Amino acid sequence: MIASSGNSLSLPEFVQHTTHLLASIGLSSWEQAYRLLSFQDHNTRVVLLGTAMFGCAAGIVGVFTLLRKRALMGDAISHATLPGIAISFLIATHFGWNEKSLPLLLAGATITGVLGVLAILVVRNSTKIKEDTALGIVLSVFFGAGIALLGIIQQMPLGHAAGLESFIFGKTASMISSDTVLISVASLLCLSFCLFFFKELKLLCFDETFAGSRGYPTTTLDLMLMGSVVVISIVGLQAVGLIMVVALLVIPAAAARFWTDKLGSMTAISACIGTLSGICGSALSAIYPRLPSGAMIVLFCAGCFTVSLAVGSRRGLIIRSIRRMRMNRSIAGQHFLRTMFELTEGQEASLEQQEISIEKLNFARTWNPRELSDTIRRATNAEWITRIGSQIRLTKKGRIEAERLTREHRLWELFLIHHADFAPSRVDREADHIEHVLEPEIVAELEALLSENQKTIPQSPHLLAHHVAEDEMQTRQHAEPTHSSRNRE
Amino acid sequence: MGDFNWNWQLDGWIILTAVICALACSLVGNFLVLRRMSMLGDAITHAVLPGLAVAFVVTESRSSFPMFVGAAVVGLCTAFFTEWIRKSGRVDEGASLGVVFTTLFALGLVLIVHWIDRVDLDANCVLYGSIELTPLEQVNILGIRMPRAFLILSAVLGLNTIVITLFYKELKLASFDSVLASSVGFSPATIHYVLMTLVAITAVASFESVGSVLVVAMMIVPPATAFLLTRRLFQMLVVSALIAAFSGILGHLSAIAVPSWFGFRSTSTAGMMAVAAGSLFTLAAVFAPHDGIAIRLWHQILLGLNILADDIVALLYRVEEKQGRKEAESRWIREVLLCNRLAFIAVKRWLLFRGELRSNANQISLTERGHHRAQNLVRSHRLWEQYLLDEVGLDPSRIHPQAEKMEHYTDRDLREKLHQAIDNPDIDPHGSPIPVELSKRPKK
Repeated sequence: MIASSGNSLSLPEFVQHTTHLLASIGLSSWEQAYRLLSFQDHNTRVVLLGTAMFGCAAGIVGVFTLLRKRALMGDAISHATLPGIAISFLIATHFGWNEKSLPLLLAGATITGVLGVLAILVVRNSTKIKEDTALGIVLSVFFGAGIALLGIIQQMPLGHAAGLESFIFGKTASMISSDTVLISVASLLCLSFCLFFFKELKLLCFDETFAGSRGYPTTTLDLMLMGSVVVISIVGLQAVGLIMVVALLVIPAAAARFWTDKLGSMTAISACIGTLSGICGSALSAIYPRLPSGAMIVLFCAGCFTVSLAVGSRRGLIIRSIRRMRMNRSIAGQHFLRTMFELTEGQEASLEQQEISIEKLNFARTWNPRELSDTIRRATNAEWITRIGSQIRLTKKGRIEAERLTREHRLWELFLIHHADFAPSRVDREADHIEHVLEPEIVAELEALLSENQKTIPQSPHLLAHHVAEDEMQTRQHAEPTHSSRNRE
Repeated sequence: MGDFNWNWQLDGWIILTAVICALACSLVGNFLVLRRMSMLGDAITHAVLPGLAVAFVVTESRSSFPMFVGAAVVGLCTAFFTEWIRKSGRVDEGASLGVVFTTLFALGLVLIVHWIDRVDLDANCVLYGSIELTPLEQVNILGIRMPRAFLILSAVLGLNTIVITLFYKELKLASFDSVLASSVGFSPATIHYVLMTLVAITAVASFESVGSVLVVAMMIVPPATAFLLTRRLFQMLVVSALIAAFSGILGHLSAIAVPSWFGFRSTSTAGMMAVAAGSLFTLAAVFAPHDGIAIRLWHQILLGLNILADDIVALLYRVEEKQGRKEAESRWIREVLLCNRLAFIAVKRWLLFRGELRSNANQISLTERGHHRAQNLVRSHRLWEQYLLDEVGLDPSRIHPQAEKMEHYTDRDLREKLHQAIDNPDIDPHGSPIPVELSKRPKK
């Protein structure tokens, strides 16, 4: 009545088993490292080649599943293979065949894996259940069925399920030549599929509807892609174990995404990370036999991911924050110049002869003193302004730039008022957002639209901030007469 | 049926524990399903491994409380890292989940192997669970001896119920419209992490008894089933609880009963619970009252037959109009309409029953009632053709197929409007007369 789990191999036992096999490879770690690096040992060669091939293929297939937002498909599929393995074991025992024959078990795994994919697609397409829930349902129900079947297998007189365990945890270290051949064939198959149908898969990933309208068989392609995930999962299950399959399908592709926006190079980078992780993970575990190789492969992958996340050249955190900082600086500089222009506007003396105090600038916009002084320093370096004490004066170069910026800002404001029906009090902020990205063509178009303001800088359609600020200052001065005002008296 | 071993002392407790576990999981699972984070339960249960290892190394004991805390903290970290990578790295949600939980699982494996080689941390137990063994470890509470797992799971169920009752409105709002939630002042992030804490605690408490993958089954499958059957959150919670409890009971019963049909003793209750829940889901997906696959198929078939009936009467009308014959051979009609023999017979019977058709040997003809239906249909068809040509500006070669589709959905008011829109013509673009509207439907 109670299903015992006593027959099964516990984790430490399993690892000891692995360790034992690994320990038989060499004597000390240095000697071992040397032998490893010189590929003297047949077993090491087999393991390294197998994991490298697998990492490469999983990395490539993973790119397409990631871009189709199905990263966890591999997870569901690899869980869905368990009942197939158990069923073929039962069938083989029933007919008296060799119940541990690999082709038979793999055939069973493939059948239920494909059934799992179909179940996900059916649930997603014909009910209102979303994709993630469909994945979860298929994953857990199929795996549950597999566990129930394993519970039966464990009671069979000659059948002890210990051999089936390796399908869940993997047995990288004890890989033999035939396993490597199987992995290599399967990997090459998936690899050539992805490379041969590269263009079609690209279209499928980025614009499925368009691909369909161009006459590509999107459903067939999708099924073939899922098929290669099934193949990868199944050969990977016994090579690196279930969780590691998921890791190798997801992590290299996700890491590669940080480096590039091009599918071709993303595929190449992902394949490299996968291969490298396969090699380094199993090499590390061969040198330090106490480390399980499947886990080491995943951890190496995760290391690559972390590095990519931080320093990736397209979407990495550092590069993005630098880009953001540069953008902020350029925006602050442009705001500064426009404020300078607005403060000196409408007075008789030409812009380059007027001096503005920093205090006045401080009032004209809401910026903190630190930001303002940084901006002033950068503007001085760019030779937009000259600075005498606390007084600032625009240079010729600065004046031209300031006029151009103000003009763009006001053109945009006028456009918003006349053509987009914005209230004058709201245009300033809206224009503030867009003026920094206005391109010359758009400015020309705006000028054509607002032809009455051809060459001059249009008047500001609203009260400027510094006027309000000046009003405030004056009222304050009236309230408590300062030293300077008393002098004037 | 083979020998059906039943023992209230054991099986009663197993079923109770299974039901409580299923209830606790499905309660939080509802929100995971609604917030499209179903795979998070799976990720958390896999990722707790390093938490268990670290808790063991720190406390040097296998006492369950530190283990529980360690696992729950790592579970929460999984949710946190996933969210962080998704947001700051702009990685797709599924992918960031995949990255985090596989890494944590691998880390846990390495930690366990490296530091605590000798310890009996059974990975099978993590994966498959051992709900059958729960009655063996009992504690004494208020004079009643009960399994420890039952006690823990009941506490978790209580916690889940309390938190969900207290934050019901917030959870509801954040699940359906997180923008609105933040605009009225609930922080979606806080709600998210409250929920994640519950998920982590529930997952950790449950995976000891049902195993990690089965936690996912109980978290997702009953709520997904309830999602198909209901349209309100409260109903969904109640229905999912019922389904969860039912699959717990059904799971254990079938774990005992089904293998005995084939001459085996019994199998894993947790596995059969997932299978039971999956079967209930399949039933719901096929037979759900509103949008079950079977119901939709049935509606489609009915619609197809109705259109066929329309086509038959319209064809008879046109034969009468063009050739002056009132009768036509059934076989000929079937060949002209290229329809399935079975469908044709069914529709013919139906039309005869409704008194719209009359049959005489192999010949069929329209009754007055049928003539009425046919005339209005043909009128719709020809009005549409004229309209598509005049107002839509469709090519003359393409108006017929379009009108053929539209005629079945056109009622009297629409015909009237079409008639006015195209200036009340008498003939259609092909030169056939547009029949007049017949208002009163003749009696049978």
